[in-house]
Amino acid sequence: MGDLKAILVTDCGSTTTKAILIEKRPEGYRQTFRGEAPTTVEAPFEDVTRGVLNAIHEVEELSGRKILDGERIMTPARSDEGVDLYLSTSSAGGGLQMLVAGVVLRMTAESAQRCALGAGAIVMDVLASNDGRPGYEKIDRIRKLRPDMILLSGGTDGGTISHVVELAEYLAAARPRPRLGGDKIPLIYAGNKDAREQIRRILSEHFALHITENIRPVLERENLGPARSLIHELFLQHVMAQAPGYSELMEWVGADIMPTPAAVGYMMETAARREGLNLLGVDIGGATTDVFSVFGGAFNRTVSANLGMSYSVSNVLAEAGLEKVLRWVPFRVDEEELRDRVKNKTIRPTTIPQTLEDLKIEHALAREALRLAFAQHRQLAVGLRGVHRERSISDVFRQEEVESLIDMMTCDMIIGSGGVLSHAPRRSQAMMLLMDAYEPLGFTRLAVDSIFMMPHLGVLAKVDEDAASQVFWKDCMVYLGTCIAPLGHGKRGRRCLRFRVGDLEGEVTFGDIKVVPLGYGQEADVEVFPERDFDLGAGKGKSVRAKVRGGVVGVVFDCRGRPLMLPEDEDERRKLLRKWAKQMDLYPDSREEGNFGTRFGR
Amino acid sequence: MAHAYTPGLMVTDRTIVRKQRLLPIEGEVLVDLGVQVRAEDVVARAFLPGKVQNLNVAHLLGVEPGEVRKYMTKVEGEDVEAGEILAETKPLLKWFKRQIRSPVGGTIESISDVTGQVLLREPPEPLELKAYIDGRVVELLPGQGVVVETPSALVQGIFGIGGEATGRLHIAVEAQDEVLTAEHILPEHRDGIVVGGSLVEAGAFERAKEIGVKGIVVGGIRDLDLKELLGYELGVAITGTEDVGFVLVVTEGFGRIDMAERTFALLKRYEGHKASISGATQIRAGVIRPEVIIPRPELNPEDISEEEVEAKGIEVGDTVRLIRAPLFGRIGKVTELPPEPTEISTESVTRVLEVELEGGKRVVVPRANVEKVEG
Repeated sequence: MGDLKAILVTDCGSTTTKAILIEKRPEGYRQTFRGEAPTTVEAPFEDVTRGVLNAIHEVEELSGRKILDGERIMTPARSDEGVDLYLSTSSAGGGLQMLVAGVVLRMTAESAQRCALGAGAIVMDVLASNDGRPGYEKIDRIRKLRPDMILLSGGTDGGTISHVVELAEYLAAARPRPRLGGDKIPLIYAGNKDAREQIRRILSEHFALHITENIRPVLERENLGPARSLIHELFLQHVMAQAPGYSELMEWVGADIMPTPAAVGYMMETAARREGLNLLGVDIGGATTDVFSVFGGAFNRTVSANLGMSYSVSNVLAEAGLEKVLRWVPFRVDEEELRDRVKNKTIRPTTIPQTLEDLKIEHALAREALRLAFAQHRQLAVGLRGVHRERSISDVFRQEEVESLIDMMTCDMIIGSGGVLSHAPRRSQAMMLLMDAYEPLGFTRLAVDSIFMMPHLGVLAKVDEDAASQVFWKDCMVYLGTCIAPLGHGKRGRRCLRFRVGDLEGEVTFGDIKVVPLGYGQEADVEVFPERDFDLGAGKGKSVRAKVRGGVVGVVFDCRGRPLMLPEDEDERRKLLRKWAKQMDLYPDSREEGNFGTRFGR
Repeated sequence: MAHAYTPGLMVTDRTIVRKQRLLPIEGEVLVDLGVQVRAEDVVARAFLPGKVQNLNVAHLLGVEPGEVRKYMTKVEGEDVEAGEILAETKPLLKWFKRQIRSPVGGTIESISDVTGQVLLREPPEPLELKAYIDGRVVELLPGQGVVVETPSALVQGIFGIGGEATGRLHIAVEAQDEVLTAEHILPEHRDGIVVGGSLVEAGAFERAKEIGVKGIVVGGIRDLDLKELLGYELGVAITGTEDVGFVLVVTEGFGRIDMAERTFALLKRYEGHKASISGATQIRAGVIRPEVIIPRPELNPEDISEEEVEAKGIEVGDTVRLIRAPLFGRIGKVTELPPEPTEISTESVTRVLEVELEGGKRVVVPRANVEKVEG
């Protein structure tokens, strides 16, 4: 790609279309202006380009830069007119909804699930020969679902074909219909190559069948790339082409439109690769929560379709249970009252907390939504099951435990996005929510996405990685600070660690949090000496030295113990929650004499 | 940022209700354009493909999948009765003979040489689509359904459960702030739609089922009672397929909340009239709200102007309902609309408005937390 001076990127979300302008400045690429407008995929407009043009108009008004010539984006850029590149992502119309199938639930079916999720899909169901459902139930389930696309995998190359053929027979018998209309549902076969002929014979009549490489050619190796690319291609050809206005939008863009979550994932993957980091990211929305991770170079994404802060908030309460939510609330709440409040938020999802009490309840729910989505992510972000085993049937069906790839001690950075995190009245609240839900260990940098521009940067990274990375680190991230948390437990009130942050020395007792201010853009040499029962990554009682970066909150020593355990006794627990709130200066009613204030960055 | 304006729900004495009635799959339209239909009339019909049953004949007979066809007594496409022999072995000694009988009636869909599996398809199930409202067929959608139209009074609720029902309206309480209890539900409410006030008690649900009430319309419901009624925790507000014995339409929300005065007065005015109600609710994309439709055939559709409900902002003097704790459900008049974002007690900076509540008390609340009470 040549020298890009001005780049325009839109993300067509289900409710809002967001446009950002990225310009080349002497210091590098910067995100300069932003506009938004309601998405126009649904009636009465039924043309996504209307919303895109409106969002671009807003960028034009704010920036004073003429970008549109009538309804055409002017390219290339000339001094203060037009842009060199226009790109877009999209999740409008419900995103990409997929059904995946594989022979063994925890092996090929799991690989298929990882593949679809990584491609930015919402997985409606996972079918497997051993999923416990009898055949007629599987067929009935397939009939009821109306996916945009199906991914069928199963069997290693050269292995037995009967199980995957059986799944194909179920699919053929069910004949599901595409969600957005059109003739046949695209179906990708990425299983045992020896079964291809049979698959063709059974499925080509009822589906738009596409065959690609096996996602699990041998048990020891996952090969998700070809199937993932095919998903993207078919998403554009079949799903996007059915959505109103997209065929025109596809003409405007300088590179393929990406599903929004796939773009977010790609940006995270790029950032992690370029900086050599292990990253964890979360986007908590009204309806769903997406979790992304890159550990040791392995990228994983999960979507918790019914965990969110508005439409799905009553499901957070249902899944977590009242007790788990209330454990984060520092005052007594009547169960009936809480249930009604939560349901009222579900049916009127655009309301916002207007009392401090209400905000604290919302934060309690957010912790549980984040925690549950993370637990689901951990289950899927695992090494390959079935590796190094004899491939006999009994072994293939064995479901051995495989360690999660997520190791919080090696996690370098956690990035949060979504209203409850990005728009928390105090940044310390966002930091505390992330600390409580993810329980970072050792040294972990925490940040929030300022205006949710990761999708834009992800699609840009496909074209110009440098430009996307520069904007990502400079404008997208709002750094909260660094959390330093040792593994282990001790006696409350006893010393947990001593520290030196630059010239400042101090200590923290077990059960406490201490915030040391270290401002935005500042760095400090930090040395921490944990007591003998505590481990900061170098082993129990071993000191650790590191260069630590600051942020709007600062350096937070979290000595509450890992795993984090809250007292059973209600009064004791509430007292502790109030103490931590004071130590973090979380709310206007929790200021503590002698602690460091953290009201920055508003 | 949240929307600064939440459009209110429709509560109106006269409007044109137009309902698109669509079959889930292609079928046959049974009525002509322009005819008058009743809610109970079937307007279109389709046949859903029968359910599929699978039998692994290879396993059941203990033979190789590739040999299954040899033992089948039926071929693909052939009809089979429940209990009829599908496949059998032919040993020399008949004591060793094994037979497979069909668990269901239907046709043989496929016989697999790879898996040894036989798929049986049950006969198609007829699916009848009713008109849902008394009205006139104004559009035919060949193979798909019809559009039925009628001048009506209409109340949109905020949340509901259950599908569609029709019945006469019975106002069971004296006022909009009264709680609907079991005692309010009387034998003469059988097949009817019972209107309550601020809350429905769990006891009323049992009574409604006993009596055979078709629907309940009420201001509020407790979430715990809803869980009890459904038998499970409702996680996501997508409803319409529940079967609890009646259709429930909640007009205001969860907890005890007086039914809006206008809503109650309107329903009261049509006591004894036939109404169609639906509990189907979907809050996410493509919003569906529950509804009470009271057809008014005496009105001339041409006399009803179809106002475009514009999403225009709230103005001083408008009546609004507060839709967030701690004043959830209270009604008031907008007295001030400061243009600048203001810091509220959570420290969020947001656009607010001042409301004078019934009783004269004035409160400042985020604009996102009110909805216009409109007709």
